[in-house]
Amino acid sequence: MDAGGGQDSRIVLDADQIARACARMAHQILEANRGAHGLVLLGIPTRGVALAERLARAMAEVERVSIPTGALDVTMYRDDLRRQPTRPVGHTRLPIAVDDAVVVLVDDVLFSGRTVRAALDALGDLGRPRAVRLAVLIDRGHRELPIRADHVGKNLPTAADERVWVRLEEVDGVNEVTIVREGPRPSEVAKHG
Amino acid sequence: MQHLLSAADLDLASATEIFDVAEEMSLLQGRPVKKLPALRGRTVVNLFFEDSTRTRSSFEIAGKWLSADVINVSAKGSSLSKGESLRDTVLTVAAMGVDALVIRHHASGAPRQVTQWIDAHVLNAGDGTHEHPTQALLDAFTLRRHFRQTAPTLGDFEGKTIAIVGDITHSRVARSNVLLLNTLGADVIMVAPPTLWPSGVDSWPARFCTDLDEVLPLVDAVMMLRVQRERMSGGYFPTPREYTIGYGLTSQRLEMLKVGAAICHPGPMNRGLEISAEAADAANSLILEQVAAGVAVRMSVLYSLLGGADDTPPPTARESFE
Amino acid sequence: MTDILITGADWLGDGRGDLLVRNGVLSDPATAGSDIERFDADGLIALPGLVDLHTHLRQPGREDTETVASGTAAAARGGYTAVLAMANTTPVTDTAEAAEHVAELGRRDGVAQVVPVGAVSKGLEGAELAELGLMARSPAGVRVFSDDGRCVSDARLMRRALEYVRAFDGVIAQHAQDPRLAGSDACCHEGTISGRLGLPGWPAAAESTIVARDVQLVQLTRSRLHVCHVSTAETVDVLRWAKNRDIAVTAEVAPHHLLLTTDEVLDYDPTYKVNPPLRPAEDVAELRLALADGTIDAVATDHAPHAATTRNMPSRRRRSACSDWRQRSRSSSKP
Repeated sequence: MDAGGGQDSRIVLDADQIARACARMAHQILEANRGAHGLVLLGIPTRGVALAERLARAMAEVERVSIPTGALDVTMYRDDLRRQPTRPVGHTRLPIAVDDAVVVLVDDVLFSGRTVRAALDALGDLGRPRAVRLAVLIDRGHRELPIRADHVGKNLPTAADERVWVRLEEVDGVNEVTIVREGPRPSEVAKHG
Repeated sequence: MQHLLSAADLDLASATEIFDVAEEMSLLQGRPVKKLPALRGRTVVNLFFEDSTRTRSSFEIAGKWLSADVINVSAKGSSLSKGESLRDTVLTVAAMGVDALVIRHHASGAPRQVTQWIDAHVLNAGDGTHEHPTQALLDAFTLRRHFRQTAPTLGDFEGKTIAIVGDITHSRVARSNVLLLNTLGADVIMVAPPTLWPSGVDSWPARFCTDLDEVLPLVDAVMMLRVQRERMSGGYFPTPREYTIGYGLTSQRLEMLKVGAAICHPGPMNRGLEISAEAADAANSLILEQVAAGVAVRMSVLYSLLGGADDTPPPTARESFE
Repeated sequence: MTDILITGADWLGDGRGDLLVRNGVLSDPATAGSDIERFDADGLIALPGLVDLHTHLRQPGREDTETVASGTAAAARGGYTAVLAMANTTPVTDTAEAAEHVAELGRRDGVAQVVPVGAVSKGLEGAELAELGLMARSPAGVRVFSDDGRCVSDARLMRRALEYVRAFDGVIAQHAQDPRLAGSDACCHEGTISGRLGLPGWPAAAESTIVARDVQLVQLTRSRLHVCHVSTAETVDVLRWAKNRDIAVTAEVAPHHLLLTTDEVLDYDPTYKVNPPLRPAEDVAELRLALADGTIDAVATDHAPHAATTRNMPSRRRRSACSDWRQRSRSSSKP
């Protein structure tokens, strides 16, 4: 996706800053959980999965154990399915059963909170975790539901008409978080985040 | 997608999409909660004018696991004015406010007529001897999985040769499969005695052949079609034993298949006629996998028809949301 | 088989010459040894062995009228080295096993080569296909199928049969007689004579309408048809029409239809009751022209013996009619 040509954009996190934020979140997750026991990281596709794997690697270095990591696709649980043509479905992969586990949902950007709401519903159909926590790289505000993140890489106040664009090497070939100022979004395209 | 009436309604991209979503849907079978909320609040009516426990239950489960409300209407049309009673039945059902009609009818073309009478999505579950697109989709989906395991190539069906054997002229499964497999890039060979060839074979995107023994060593998959004994009285073939010796997948013919070649059959089988018990139960038989794939594929198709806004063009690029 | 040198044979207008048979194979006469058995063929014509496309050897089932041995012996005397044996035996040749049986009889008892013809329909009933494919696959290797004796009158069955044999390059040989126009009681040509004699007759249309239908079915199915014992000018017209369109049809005519006319039945003599019946002189003339110009491809005897003792059936040995112009030979032996 090209951000250039007539749109204001500024880099808010470079590769090093992203790496440090991930390292800090990994420590925070372990601290809040008092270790790695019972943890399962589930990334929300697409970039949430890459982030979850980064966090798992960082945590594994600290605790010297491997953390079960997977993906949880929430397309089917979205509350705005009917507003757009049929969406493609992403891949769900549970490394272990979630019953009685401490599930940490991982996503790149927390915005309206609707994605997380969908993820909680999806998780509910898969089992009964002991606890669910949320780790996001960017919290940009503008919540529409009572949802909050437990672990945040960076708090980023934004205007409603701005767009936060996270790029990760695993998916996009480069590590960078950018804010792009766009015009008002078309009303059919619902905000999720 | 508004309707699915024919395998020709699908291009390579949309067929691939249906398969990819079906892979996700198939995971549901192993979960304690077999439910996805995607079609919650949608109403699907199964309108079956022909008996079919297998296909109808497959559609019923598919709709229910997607949280749709599924109603089964079994309507055996009267022998008088069939067209009229079909229209009346359909309008009555539609007047109650349905989102999708899954229809199986003994007259070729009935589903297309239905689309002219109602606004709801129409899904062809088999019309006369014309088409059965979801059967072709589940056949191809099963083959795709098999090819990915045994002989993965860059395009799943490119370079693959698939034979369809049997009563082609009367088979809606054959017609849908030829269209879909062609779209997917496979090479299709039809094998049957000349009396069971459809008319106008030159216009079909497949080669036609009368010698099964010549074809079998060449194929990556062979799809056996059910043959009805009643066809004997139409002069299509002399006796069951002659049919089996000439065109049956006997245990001797199993030896002629390439290593890894798959055996398919849309069911129900006439064991001993078009397919021997050994072939049906052979290691490379995908017949049970085909049945298992039915629900996942039909879920994928229902999601494709009903899981988004109505009457909007498909998205051009995959959206990423924040 | 002994070696033999045949001298002075007439090559039928192509001069005269010698033939050397060594170990059952024709060899260069110049290489004949001096002590070889000789045969003087002065005044005799030498031809390749004739093939009779249409015979009824009556075995199995009617050995009282003919057997493979007697039938092929008569054939050989007439210069035929191979005969096609029609399927209307008892049991009917409608399975691979029955065809193999006839082929085996030919190998065991035949003086000439016997090629079994398979039935088109089970039991010649005209309702369901006989096991055409299995007969073709069997060692007998059947390629010609005919319900001769009866007509395949159901158009749909004829169509299916034509389609079906395409798989192994077979031919359907039709006995063209619409049973609704010429039933089993029809015993002579329907015309002036039958009208005067009060005999139920066979109109020419009963033959030509079937042939007309069948050649169009051949066009539809892209298969092959052979018409047995053509007897009428109307059928010749249809054959010309078909051949002009390159429709794959061949036809045969029986010697009696080239030589005898319906006048023979004036005395009610059952000797001249044949099926199809003898026709008027105009038809005979047309048949001769058709044979000469290739519209009719071959002469076939339709050798169909009946028991002398059977009251209602004529006693007739076709070979005896041919014997007037069969080749004389002092020895005939099994090849």
